[in-house]
Amino acid sequence: MDGSTSTAVTTGLAPLLATREILIFCGSGGVGKTTIAAAAALAVVKNSSAKVMVLTIDPARRLADALGLESLGNVETRVPDAALIDAGVAPKGELYAAMLDTKASWDDLVTRYAPSQEVADNIFSNDLYHNITSRFIQSHDYIAMERLFQLHSSGVYDLIILDTPPTRHAVDFLDAPKRMADFFGGRLLRWLTLPYRTGGGRGGRLINIASKPFLKIADRILGSAFVEDIAEFFINFQSMYDGFVERSKAVEQLLHDRRTSFVVTTTLEGAPLREAEAYCEQLNNRNLPLGALVLNKVLPDFLRDSLGQKASAVFSDNPAAVAKAIASKGADQSEMDAIARVLKTAADTFMNYSLVAEREFELKVELSKRPEMMAAVPLLVDDVHDLAALAQIGDRLWAS
Amino acid sequence: MTTAHQPNQSGKSTSHWLDRRLVLFTGKGGVGKSTVAAATALLAAEQGKRVLLIDVDSTGNLAALFEHPEVGFIPTEIYPGISAMQMDTEDSLREYLNLQLRLPLAGRVGPLANAFDFIASAAPGVKEILTMGKICWEVRESLEKRAPWDIVIVDAAATGHVISQLDSPRAIRELVKVGPVANQTEWVIEMLADPLITELHIVTTPEEMPVSETIDLVKSLKTRVDVPLGNIIVNRVLPEPFNRADADIFSNLETTNSLAAIEKTAGLGGKKVLAAASLAVSLRRSQSKHIAYLRQSVDLPLVYLPYLFIRDHGLRVTRVVSEALGYEMGTGG
Repeated sequence: MDGSTSTAVTTGLAPLLATREILIFCGSGGVGKTTIAAAAALAVVKNSSAKVMVLTIDPARRLADALGLESLGNVETRVPDAALIDAGVAPKGELYAAMLDTKASWDDLVTRYAPSQEVADNIFSNDLYHNITSRFIQSHDYIAMERLFQLHSSGVYDLIILDTPPTRHAVDFLDAPKRMADFFGGRLLRWLTLPYRTGGGRGGRLINIASKPFLKIADRILGSAFVEDIAEFFINFQSMYDGFVERSKAVEQLLHDRRTSFVVTTTLEGAPLREAEAYCEQLNNRNLPLGALVLNKVLPDFLRDSLGQKASAVFSDNPAAVAKAIASKGADQSEMDAIARVLKTAADTFMNYSLVAEREFELKVELSKRPEMMAAVPLLVDDVHDLAALAQIGDRLWAS
Repeated sequence: MTTAHQPNQSGKSTSHWLDRRLVLFTGKGGVGKSTVAAATALLAAEQGKRVLLIDVDSTGNLAALFEHPEVGFIPTEIYPGISAMQMDTEDSLREYLNLQLRLPLAGRVGPLANAFDFIASAAPGVKEILTMGKICWEVRESLEKRAPWDIVIVDAAATGHVISQLDSPRAIRELVKVGPVANQTEWVIEMLADPLITELHIVTTPEEMPVSETIDLVKSLKTRVDVPLGNIIVNRVLPEPFNRADADIFSNLETTNSLAAIEKTAGLGGKKVLAAASLAVSLRRSQSKHIAYLRQSVDLPLVYLPYLFIRDHGLRVTRVVSEALGYEMGTGG
């Protein structure tokens, strides 16, 4: 039970960070994924001359501030070298950051894929558009994949680090482009919109409700104007089908490319860990490369130290004796009692934290069988919201 | 640990929190929302209530908190007095069409799933209304003695999604102005707004992101939906190792002379024990800062649940949390 065994299984991510073009960071909510992704990007520009883009989803406000992302949204911003130097990082490379803005990205997409300005305008002016783009078939997931592809094909960056959206079912977001293409190419949608297309006319609403039992039911439940609105909206949207299919194939290829790797982040707690294992398994099922596992907020090794356990037993069993040895000459009984009480509390605290550290260690050993690379980032007492703290984490990621 | 719980000032009723018929929990992912919902179910069951526990969008680990295999859409008893179900919007639609509109759809209109996906993807709030509708329907059935539940406890959507869920009856009513759906949104909206029936609690942890999400959520809940708010349950609060006087004594222990005496009597590990206590003090200080910020930013009562230094999983954890929750919230009623 020596502390050193635990560091043997963690090697750091340097080989991965230095060679890949795309790193996709996944993990369940609350494990610090966004922070880890940003720290990894920082580590790369510290150690190599690469141009690195970190695309974050929903950073804490102060982290966003630290990266200079306050109100920039989709805009790609360079983190100034001066800010990095202030944080104690002498950058060899260039660090860029952008935040994912779903609404703005959808507008871009429609403009790009719509066959004509008229169709694009029809889509923009449809009342359903805003509502739908904010919920529609995990639209956030789709946009994340879309932006990743765009950034990569721009050829501007050596490495793009993607902080993935929190999804309910592990790596579902990877399917988003395909789902989107399937949806627009789906027989159902074609069938539903057929009367309109064969009708050919632009004027009037030509959805033939009577010919479709399903629409008849939907109409009875939801009211006819509503159903027609929806159908019309999709007819417009469907005109972008080819664009979606093409893009979906390209994204799929990019995800399987050898230049892409996945990094799963977790803390050593029950629920996040189960989810992390599910991520690893699903990546494996899809033949996607799990590049590394990052363990975040890990308790320090000294908590598992056997000498510490011995000492805490002494504190606990005979606090009075230790108190007597410590107390200044002439200390009265109440002073000694107080010291004994403090020693007892310190011992209890050690044992409590030791239990958690031990549990974490066991889980870490179990996990280390999975990936080629693993990094452990220690629990930090203060929140991470400046570049200096990110750099500190980055160092641990680079070489754990 | 002190409790900050006071009688709920916002609601007009002074009845006990477990006397509500519909108790919902939301919170940022990873803060222990499911555990708190499960613990509440246990607490209610131990008071002899018949509980329906609804898992809205987790990955089916709610039943695991009772060491029971996953459950489906049909309520299944997972512990004496507690039945659980996993929300499924498609099943909910099927049930709705059957029961409310007398449309025996299943099987007849071939690919119901596809058709449903179409409508649910297109129409904002359809999936959400099917979730809220099913929940409220179970409550209404129990009020009218057609279902056995004394209380329906919901592990609801996480902070990002809960507003659109709670707001869905209103959103649907605006979109669909006539017809059976429009009529049915009315009673759902009324039920959710009734402080004698419904209460929503927010679970958080004393960390930066969960606290800031909680503050944002309370603001949007107050402006956007009419649902009575209960408590903010602050989960995994670390103990404060020392009071002020003891903290002074502790810092004296770290002086050279004391350290030498400690190592002499307790061995070289003495230093590590002190380091652990010192870490605990710092971690707690960081949590206190977040708790203080939370307290000054929202006007809901805060309830604290301790961090558990135990190795167990499953039902034992649910039990420990349940006891702590009962103690903090008061078990009377």
